[in-house]
Amino acid sequence: MNTEREAILSRVNGALVPLSTRAPLPDWDAELAKARRLLGDREALPVFTERIKLVNGTALTDPAAVVAQLLAGGWTRGYCDPALWPQLAPHFGPKFTVSTEYDRTRVDDYAFGITRAVGAIAETGTIILNDATTSRRLGALAPWVHVAVVPQKRIFLTMAEAVLELGDDPNVIWVTGPSKTADVEGILIEGVHGPGVQIALVLP
Amino acid sequence: MKPLSIDQFAAQLRPETQRSVYESTKSTHEKRTKVLFDHFPDPNRLRELAGQIKQHVIENLDTYLPAVEAKLQAHGAKVHWAATAESANQTVLSILRARGATKLVKAKTMVSEEIGLGPFLEKHGIESLETDLGEFIVQIDHDHPSHIVRPIIHKSRREIAVSFEKNGLGAYNDEPAVITRRAREFLRQKYLQADVGLTGANFVVAETGRLVLVTNEGNSRFSLAAPKCHIALVGIEKILPRDRDLALFLNLLARSATAQQLTVYTEFISGPKAPTQPDGPEEMHVIFVDAGRTEVLASECREILRCIRCGACMNVCPVYRQASGHAYRAVYPGPVGAVLSPLLAGNRFPELADLPKASTLCGACSEVCPVNIPIPDLLLRLRNKNKLAHGPSSGTPPMGAWSVLASQPTAWKTSLAFGKAVGLVPYVPRAFKPSVLRAWDDHRTLPEWRGGEFRRWLAARKR
Ligand code: SF4
Repeated sequence: MNTEREAILSRVNGALVPLSTRAPLPDWDAELAKARRLLGDREALPVFTERIKLVNGTALTDPAAVVAQLLAGGWTRGYCDPALWPQLAPHFGPKFTVSTEYDRTRVDDYAFGITRAVGAIAETGTIILNDATTSRRLGALAPWVHVAVVPQKRIFLTMAEAVLELGDDPNVIWVTGPSKTADVEGILIEGVHGPGVQIALVLP
Repeated sequence: MKPLSIDQFAAQLRPETQRSVYESTKSTHEKRTKVLFDHFPDPNRLRELAGQIKQHVIENLDTYLPAVEAKLQAHGAKVHWAATAESANQTVLSILRARGATKLVKAKTMVSEEIGLGPFLEKHGIESLETDLGEFIVQIDHDHPSHIVRPIIHKSRREIAVSFEKNGLGAYNDEPAVITRRAREFLRQKYLQADVGLTGANFVVAETGRLVLVTNEGNSRFSLAAPKCHIALVGIEKILPRDRDLALFLNLLARSATAQQLTVYTEFISGPKAPTQPDGPEEMHVIFVDAGRTEVLASECREILRCIRCGACMNVCPVYRQASGHAYRAVYPGPVGAVLSPLLAGNRFPELADLPKASTLCGACSEVCPVNIPIPDLLLRLRNKNKLAHGPSSGTPPMGAWSVLASQPTAWKTSLAFGKAVGLVPYVPRAFKPSVLRAWDDHRTLPEWRGGEFRRWLAARKR
């Protein structure tokens, strides 16, 4: 293996040595990568609510509204992060069966999964998850409905700000709307491998 | 049998296929233009910057590669190097063997197509399953992707329904929603059974050692949620210097590839899962693949290594639109492929030396490229390379004559007959824009890359 490393690096060197100058790394103003035309002078929450809707997700601020949506969809069995359950349980009625343990041999028994998000990005309608706050990667991915509980203080206005705060978690994932494909004749279908319904519950 | 030239291939393409490739590339291209200009005052500036950053990276790979290796190792990933396609395949196999693994799920990676990983693993008794819907269909059909972002752009729903039925995935049904649902049900069991999840990487950040992966379907996420081992195949040119550069590249990639603001799942991976996380890989391997890239780096066409595989150049190319991707007889079709495929072919260059000639040099590709690659310029350099290597008898049009319509491929002439060629880089109709932006737009002239830049370049070259 090591010899391949040396072989590649020496070929890279050989290719670059003849260059009389090397292209410098440009510095650039992060402002350029912000979609100012759609942000206006608005606060993060209204922008987030608008943008997540445009990617067919939903942002809600009332747990009761989330429960109503789950009920309306007939999604009554699900998984909830044990850390969130004490706070959310009072909103769920007797029609629901919610487990705070996730059994990977029964992935299809969970119609919804509720997990914590570390934050969100307003500009793109994106939810930010990482290993530290997501109780189960599968719990946020395999159910048809994913509800991410987003702390309102952690909504970045732009992606340019969010990339600077990826931190040292080994796995950060940005989720922008439901899982989707247009592979079959360019027709948009949601819920390919991940959720077909993506909800952000924004709490103070 | 002698392979068909692009023109011959285009001529025998079924009209339905040609129409669907044409319509769908055109519509993606138009949406892309709109979403860029609606959101940014000066998207051209973003492309130029992204191009400069990637050019800097490829000209400094000698320092970036060891730096990124050190970061990855510090995060607990194991780093491997593969000089050739064969050795990349062998490396994957030896990682699997060491774990006693027999089942692998694979998210879409172009490098794996290049090295022929799927067939190689199957030959060695490993079940290797594509999880991207399009790639999955390609796999069950024993077909090849014909577009780097939309692998089955050449297939109709009827053909897909037939293969699903043939492969025991339910009775004939050509509803895209039903096809997708069946794939969902079938593949989620496969993720859960798999020992290893294999992915590529869209970017690797040198500063932090983060691998960045984007998918819309969530298949790469599932491949990193169920299996216990992650293998990433990464071309050595995939590096970006800093986290902050991602803002530029992610904005450009999603818009250029699929006219989205951001791809649905954008994952940043800097090592095995956190110890407190129950799901995901405990072991992570990164394989840096050369497989011809250092030769491209040493060539006069090294700018092509900036490519971020967005597919925008195919969507806009009049030849691709007429001929579809299989006409290029290589993993990378379209304008990027016309440059990259012959170069990566190494000593098989002569077999693909006709590809650089199958271009009208209309310049549309370089005007949409998010990393500003001067593709027509590179095509000319390659034509010269071929001429030098094989003498003037190789049929390469002489310099200067290529702008004459008579020397252009038939596919281009056909596209003129379609009456659309002049609309290659369409102007976004004013009516599509919110009124506040209209006022802003009204005092602007047509931005350069809606058509002016290439013609200036052409005029300069003719002198
Ligand atoms: S050459 Fe440019 S436009 Fe074509 S796929 Fe690569 S990055 Fe995209």
